[in-house]
Amino acid sequence: MTLTRRNVMIMGAGAFVAFGLPMRATAAAEDRIAEFTGGAAMADSGITLTAPEIAENGNTVPIEVAAPGAVEILVLATGNPTPGVATFKFGPLAASQTASTRIRLAGTQDVVAIAKMSDGSFAKASSNVKVTIGGCGG
Amino acid sequence: MISRRDFLQTSMAASAILGASSLGNWAKLAAQQALTQDQLLQFDTFGNVSLIHITDIHGQLKPIYFREPSINIGVGGNKGAVPHVTGADFRKLYGIDDGSPSHYALSAGDFSALAQSYGKVGGLDRVATVINAIRADRPDAILLDGGDTWHGSYTCYKTAGQDMVNVMNALKPDAMTFHWEFTLGSARVQEIVEGLPFAALGQNIFDAEWDEPVEIFPPYKFFERGGVKIAVIGQAFPYMPIANPGWMFPEYSFGIRDENMQAMVDEVRGQGAELVVVLSHNGFDVDKKMASRVTGIDVILSGHTHDALPEPALVGETIIVASGSNGKFVSRVDLDVRDGRMMGFRHKLIPIFSDVIEPDKEVAALIDAERAPFKADLEEVIGKTDSLLYRRGNFNGTWDDLICDALISEREADIAMSPGVRWGPSLIPGQDITREDLFNVTSMTYGKAYRSEMTGEFIKVILEDVADNIFNPDPYYQQGGDMVRIGGMGYRIDINQPQGSRISDMTLLKTGEAIDPAKSYVVAGWASVNENTEGPEIWDVVENHIRKLGTVSVTPNNSVQVIGA
Repeated sequence: MTLTRRNVMIMGAGAFVAFGLPMRATAAAEDRIAEFTGGAAMADSGITLTAPEIAENGNTVPIEVAAPGAVEILVLATGNPTPGVATFKFGPLAASQTASTRIRLAGTQDVVAIAKMSDGSFAKASSNVKVTIGGCGG
Repeated sequence: MISRRDFLQTSMAASAILGASSLGNWAKLAAQQALTQDQLLQFDTFGNVSLIHITDIHGQLKPIYFREPSINIGVGGNKGAVPHVTGADFRKLYGIDDGSPSHYALSAGDFSALAQSYGKVGGLDRVATVINAIRADRPDAILLDGGDTWHGSYTCYKTAGQDMVNVMNALKPDAMTFHWEFTLGSARVQEIVEGLPFAALGQNIFDAEWDEPVEIFPPYKFFERGGVKIAVIGQAFPYMPIANPGWMFPEYSFGIRDENMQAMVDEVRGQGAELVVVLSHNGFDVDKKMASRVTGIDVILSGHTHDALPEPALVGETIIVASGSNGKFVSRVDLDVRDGRMMGFRHKLIPIFSDVIEPDKEVAALIDAERAPFKADLEEVIGKTDSLLYRRGNFNGTWDDLICDALISEREADIAMSPGVRWGPSLIPGQDITREDLFNVTSMTYGKAYRSEMTGEFIKVILEDVADNIFNPDPYYQQGGDMVRIGGMGYRIDINQPQGSRISDMTLLKTGEAIDPAKSYVVAGWASVNENTEGPEIWDVVENHIRKLGTVSVTPNNSVQVIGA
């Protein structure tokens, strides 16, 4: 395929279209949470999720989760068509319950991390990551 | 017992009194034709440490006119708070007399008339005089440059920032942080930074591949001044690869990273820092939020959003100082640091009235030498203006109205888009428009003027996206520019709605018809962040347009209706 200037412009435009409106959490994400926690209540402390406020590149967004005392951490991109990102499992000899990875976000949405603690309780952290067209900086 | 916050509030009150009295005096003195350099520089040296802050110079070596915005809307918790107070409300808030030098320097309104009386502002040779005067009071004062320095003029573009590097080096800064510098491309930035005789700081400049700190941009630097151990932490513009073309500096990642900022504050405190200063390019509202989340910062020297405030803002126990843009102001902050704590401050935002402050001879000669090879091009007259040409404002300004007209006419477009940047000096009615003036409002390394077809629906997506970057109620989701300027199309914006619901009533002005979401329109614009954008340079497009017009007259633009301000 020969790229004409017009095609390049349209591709540039096309790249924008994916980032429309903020994406709501899908039913699949709700289901996955219910499956992981068995419907148990989740504390809002005990887990830290570090993610950028605005993604520099929606295709590779760096995130980090840390939950001291966790045996398992579930990470979901709640607005993606397939919300499951990863489940990190920590054995009894793990030096720290921390993991970092990069995830792909289809658009602006909440990233959620849920830790299952060794006592069977759950903790949840959520972070809104914006995926934007950009431009126009001061 | 008097708490530390009480001390700081006492300082705030003193600052306000000092500010008001000196501001008031200027008005009377000016009326007597007696505004002098001594009065502008008058400052009773205080405490044991002095900071000098200058930021967002945008390549302006010479005096210019610069009109402050008349529309600067705050949202969420910042509604009605400084810097989102403009014009007469701003003057009332700070007790500034109408028609006074402070009115002219700090607020919009009667700009063209006041510019005739008070003249140009800025010029790095005048800035040098002010810095030298402060250093005469306090020889070990720390000079900090908040960035957006190596960008924004003809000579800066032609020399890839070298003119600014050479002149700033003569002012002997102690540290700097960054934003538009990176649009020179990472190779050029690295080349300059490796030769800088001062620290290039950024706790939030990371390697994009490994997400690790970058060696040439250390997070902080220690200074020992007046017996006080001072840590200066740098904070570069967080959203560079989003607001500017990330493909020009793919090795770097930024972000706010306030958890790392807290770690750096804790680290320098652990190493004995008695005073923690953040040299920031976050923008004012982001700095306010950061001050509320990160503990242990004494002073934030704030840049990026180009706000000029005659008093610092106090958030918790942190003072935030905003020092304007384009070389128009220098802030002096004297601090009393005792027993390892900042116990008080004295502050003055010094306006650089170019006709009042004597140029420093050495720096003036250096500036002339940098400009000499380009003199003929700089001075070439393209046309003349009958109107005040300015940029600042949330939705439009006459410079961008003119640029959008040029795009529509020269590129045969239905609709034009001009980026909502905040740099670019003003011209007053009757002035010639030179090539230098044109570059001052358009110069950049990605200034190609594209021409493209976009559907009505897609144009709305762009407006909604940019609007959310300005009017998202959470400052951490704001990028700090203004709304993209639109030519050939009107619209209504309700700033308090969520993304997707702010923009309505999009109308094609030439026919008066509503924009059809399914129909394609020819859109011309510039400053695309996409790689391989093609088209003529924007300054050539605007030059051709102005040459055809001869004399420019810009009619008032009422095509954006704003709801909820």
